[in-house]
Amino acid sequence: MERKPFAITLDPTSSLANHTGNWRTMRPIYLDHLPPCNQGCPAGENIQGWLYEAEEGKYEEAWRKIMEENPFPAIHGRVCYHPCETVCNRGQLDEAVSIHSVERFLGDHAIEQGWQIEAGKATGKRVLIIGAGPSGLSAAYHLSRMGHAVTIYEAGPKLGGMMRFGIPQYRLPRNIVDAEIARIEAMGVSIHMNRKVENLEMAIKEGIFNAVFLAIGAHLSKRVDIPSPDTGRIVDALGLLKGMEGKEVPKIGRRVVVYGGGDTAIDAARTAKRLGAEETLLIYRRDREHMPAHDSEVKEALEEGVLTRWLSMIRQVDENVITVEEMKLDEKGYPQPTGRMETLEADTVILAVGQEVDTRFLQDVPGLEISTDGVIQVDDTMMTGRLGVFAGGDMVPAERSVTVATGHGKKAARHIDAYLQGFHYAKPPSNSVAIFDRLNTWYYTDADQSHQPYLDLARRRASFEEVVGGLDASTALLEARRCLSCGNCFECDTCYGVCPDNAIIKLGSGKRYEINLEYCKGCGMCAEECPSGAIDMIKEIR
Amino acid sequence: MKQQIEGSQAVAQAVALCRPEVMACYPISPQTHIVETLSRKVKAGEVGNCQFLNVESEFGALSVLIGASAMGARSYTATTSQGLLFMAEAVYNAAGLGLPIVMTIANRAIGAPINIWNDHSDSMAMRDAGWLQLFAEDNQEAVDLHIQAFRLAEELSCPVMVCMDGYILTHAFEEVDLPTQEQVDEFLPPFEPVQVLDPQDPVSIGAMVGPEAFTEVRYLAHHKHLQALEAIPRISQAFQDIFQRSSGGLLKLYHTDEAETLLLALGSVNGTIKDAVDDLRAKGWRVGAIQLCSYRPFPLHALRHVVHNAKRVIVIEKDLAVGNGGIVSSEVKLALQGLPTLVDTVIAGLGGRPISKAAVIDTVKAACLEGLEEPHFLDLNWVAINRELTRQAEQRRSGPTPENLLREVGSADWKTG
Amino acid sequence: MSYQRIKFYQTGTFTVGNRLLEEGERTVQAQKDRTNSLNSGHRACQGCGEALGARYALDAVMRATHNQLVAVNATGCLEVFSSPYPESAWQIPWLHSVFGNAPAVASGVAAALRAKGKTDIRVVAQGGDGATVDIGFGCLSGMFERNDDVLYICYDNEAYMNTGVQRSGATPARAWTNTTQAVGTEPGNPMNVGKNLPRIAMAHGIPLVATASVADLHDLETKVTKAMSIRGARYIHIHVPCPLGWKSDPAETIKVARLAVESGLFPLFEAEGGVVTDRTPIRKQVPVEQYLVLQGRFEHLFSPRDEQALAAIQAMADRNIHLYALLPTEPAMGT
Repeated sequence: MERKPFAITLDPTSSLANHTGNWRTMRPIYLDHLPPCNQGCPAGENIQGWLYEAEEGKYEEAWRKIMEENPFPAIHGRVCYHPCETVCNRGQLDEAVSIHSVERFLGDHAIEQGWQIEAGKATGKRVLIIGAGPSGLSAAYHLSRMGHAVTIYEAGPKLGGMMRFGIPQYRLPRNIVDAEIARIEAMGVSIHMNRKVENLEMAIKEGIFNAVFLAIGAHLSKRVDIPSPDTGRIVDALGLLKGMEGKEVPKIGRRVVVYGGGDTAIDAARTAKRLGAEETLLIYRRDREHMPAHDSEVKEALEEGVLTRWLSMIRQVDENVITVEEMKLDEKGYPQPTGRMETLEADTVILAVGQEVDTRFLQDVPGLEISTDGVIQVDDTMMTGRLGVFAGGDMVPAERSVTVATGHGKKAARHIDAYLQGFHYAKPPSNSVAIFDRLNTWYYTDADQSHQPYLDLARRRASFEEVVGGLDASTALLEARRCLSCGNCFECDTCYGVCPDNAIIKLGSGKRYEINLEYCKGCGMCAEECPSGAIDMIKEIR
Repeated sequence: MKQQIEGSQAVAQAVALCRPEVMACYPISPQTHIVETLSRKVKAGEVGNCQFLNVESEFGALSVLIGASAMGARSYTATTSQGLLFMAEAVYNAAGLGLPIVMTIANRAIGAPINIWNDHSDSMAMRDAGWLQLFAEDNQEAVDLHIQAFRLAEELSCPVMVCMDGYILTHAFEEVDLPTQEQVDEFLPPFEPVQVLDPQDPVSIGAMVGPEAFTEVRYLAHHKHLQALEAIPRISQAFQDIFQRSSGGLLKLYHTDEAETLLLALGSVNGTIKDAVDDLRAKGWRVGAIQLCSYRPFPLHALRHVVHNAKRVIVIEKDLAVGNGGIVSSEVKLALQGLPTLVDTVIAGLGGRPISKAAVIDTVKAACLEGLEEPHFLDLNWVAINRELTRQAEQRRSGPTPENLLREVGSADWKTG
Repeated sequence: MSYQRIKFYQTGTFTVGNRLLEEGERTVQAQKDRTNSLNSGHRACQGCGEALGARYALDAVMRATHNQLVAVNATGCLEVFSSPYPESAWQIPWLHSVFGNAPAVASGVAAALRAKGKTDIRVVAQGGDGATVDIGFGCLSGMFERNDDVLYICYDNEAYMNTGVQRSGATPARAWTNTTQAVGTEPGNPMNVGKNLPRIAMAHGIPLVATASVADLHDLETKVTKAMSIRGARYIHIHVPCPLGWKSDPAETIKVARLAVESGLFPLFEAEGGVVTDRTPIRKQVPVEQYLVLQGRFEHLFSPRDEQALAAIQAMADRNIHLYALLPTEPAMGT
């Protein structure tokens, strides 16, 4: 070594003595930004997180990650209107990731595999939940995981609330509902069916409960005042759907008119069709564009032969005939009468114009505030005016959906837990949203959305078999892998590769990377190239 | 084995006996016979596994050897004149990197005007490149110096030029005693590089060196030449021990004891000079001669030691420092500074002009009796020069000087003696 | 493209690695134990494309040769920023001689290895575009025609950057450099000048000529790996943006390189024995303007807009797209 010519010949990699990190004015940091799907999920699922596990075929890990937030993946994979997909960044690239179909696959797979969730270590606290719908069951599930003893009082004879009584079987098979509820029961939740609470204060005292979660839903159908000599021809949609769960199938006429524009109206129309109605006509006072029902539902209904009549109001229901008035929309999109009347033939009119909360048993609870539209007011911890009494789901002001209700259950559970332990739960702040512009989409493979199989039309019209099928394992895997992992490192090694200064240390599988600040010159290439936008450049402070 | 052989052939045989591993050559007169012979020998499998590359230029040739030598291969090429200048950047680089490449210079003039005949302008132009430069008097010495050059180069890790006069030596058939392979193998050990490109022990060769260390690097190059002053005579002696003849060394002396006037020259002209010395001594002139065998390193002390009793040194050199005079004589003056010895510069033999014994004798007499102007141009055609100078003074577009002179020389019916 | 792109794995083979890919389908750069032939502490500018390209290429060579590599380097940025005394960033045996002789020096290394029977050790010569297309071109051509067993890699940043951004024979049409200033009637480098070295290399009929870009690592590594499976003279021309000389954002080095490829201005192709045998299709074609506008060296084409120049440059890209059939012949695969 000594004989090597002086200065002209150098030892290998001696440049490590030159710490180029001191050139830096900006430094890269790894950040987990909030993916739009997560932000958009009413149930607060870490969708990107569980897709990440699913991408590797780690289905149980993926499922357990969903279960941290939502006890009903198989149900949500079917009935959630997946606002996550509406905001999915991949939608701007080709098509959104079919999140719901992967979730459904995981949920179904978990049921097949019999995966269970353990209750937490007992805290000795007792919580009463009134109502076994999605929010009540969700709260029960989360509180059980936290170790609280949960008792559910359900007024009806069956569990599931709107998941059972509001959503038709062809969208949500009952064995799925049963299986996901059974898993919660197995955690040791004490469930009392046919137990209607008449006096809340009494119930609390009797059961020595430390907190209460009200989740009775909105089961009273709204009525509209339509002159009719024979009100028996008018039925409400919820009654019809509920009737489907009884022993006897409800009877309807040959020609059915469904009045309303929401998802319940569509469910009623499609149910009527399956019950043998020769003609099912959906009447709505505005047009399709202004319908609150989800487009996929409307589309499927039309495919199945449901007829529509937009911009019409029912003015009179007579024997076999109804009178409708044509409407027109004003500038604000509200329907205005035109005076043009028409009569249509109809044997049965199904009203689907909304539901209300049955708040009668709460009238005497001190501090509890019921607004004029019949919903219960809660603070941002979901607590009512009565200390220790929380409420959620359709009975509080919010969008009414299974997913929102399930999210309420979780949120309430966290606040109840905090209340029981004597602190205030604050949601950890999330990083900024991983908007599309953060992504470097060149790196992602072009891959169209995987499509779920549909039952053929003839069988859809005649049976209550599930319309939309699930993905098989390999397709679900591919679909999961379409996830862009927005704002979150998915260990693609791009930062590690593109650094001209080898200043990124690869820590190994699952451990991500670290910036070697001794050599990082702060060029920003890692941040620029990161496909998922998981690196920020921040000002260097010395 | 003694044989009548062309100088180029003899040198090629000698180089082949040194077991070179890589040779890269580009043809240029008068070097061609050397590389032709070597290419044939390599292709015929007579030089082991040696690789002979026909390259696109002299720059390429020496560059190939830089790579080969850095990879630990014994490397050789030959060139001259324009070729040496074309590879100049690599010449400096090879020395800077301390790569023990051996290169034959078949000394030739540099144009313009283009001229293929012998003088020493080419190797003189590279005198500061860091290479050792050994000058052969005859083909026997050319052969012997090549064998010594590999040992010297590899011992010091420094490239060596073996300079032999173009045509005068390269194309001359003489009796040469070519050594045997056994003798060469006994004298020349296998090449053990001081550094090598090795995946098992990677180093970075050829770093950029700034002001903080550049002077030290240059000093170390100089130091290597100081070491060569010791190594050259030692290796010459070692050569003599095995081959039973004296070749090389720093200086070779001819009747220098008691001489008042010493002639000093490089290369083949020393044969003529020795004849002139013989003639002059026969007539009672106290004359001797010094053959400067090692021009780089320049043996300042050895020369001073030999010369210090002489009155006068006449340096006959085949080069010209335009605007100054003698290149070699300037260095001789440096060696003798402080001594009363006079140093004359005789510029001779440029572009292949013959140096006759008579001219040497006349010059010695003139110097001793009348003194010489400084520098003295041997056999200069002053008639032609003066006419051209007049023409140039008369009109701006006086035409190309070389052509004018050629015409002048022809019409004046002027001949060299 | 000489390898099959992997689809459906989130990013397929477009990212450097991907935990979803089989080990063998990830790049050398994704490996935790990659060689880092050019290591940290080198003095390249922020976002240097050449530093990146060199590590990409040499690490792939190291992988392909089981670390039996000797590298020769021409003078230039890469040489200067990697090896100023007393620190070298190289982890491989490395030799720098002068500016114009890297191909010949490498030929010499290869010859020495042949003479010593150590042909398991392989030789790479590397230089910038100036060293390659200009000053070292004679030596390069000689190395090609002799078919010496050398892989020559040109890191093309389209000008003499080490000396402070002067025009080379690889400087593109209308680009500003310090010797093609953005003044006069035709600001920047003139149209219709310069050398296409990959085509010239092809004319030598050598076993392999390929172009590559720092923007497509899989493609680059595949070509380098292929090159090391072949004996004889091979040439790879890698497009490496220079933030300093191109007046581009250091963070956007790869982006700029990608747009050069996606616009068709820098075609990725492969030629064997002088015949184009493969090309890497453009994924999403973009107009040349998107590439040019990111670089200050083309600023004069936009203020005011020089429609004629922009159209002429677009025509160059279109010609490449046509010549190398750069648009995908089949639609993007779906499920």
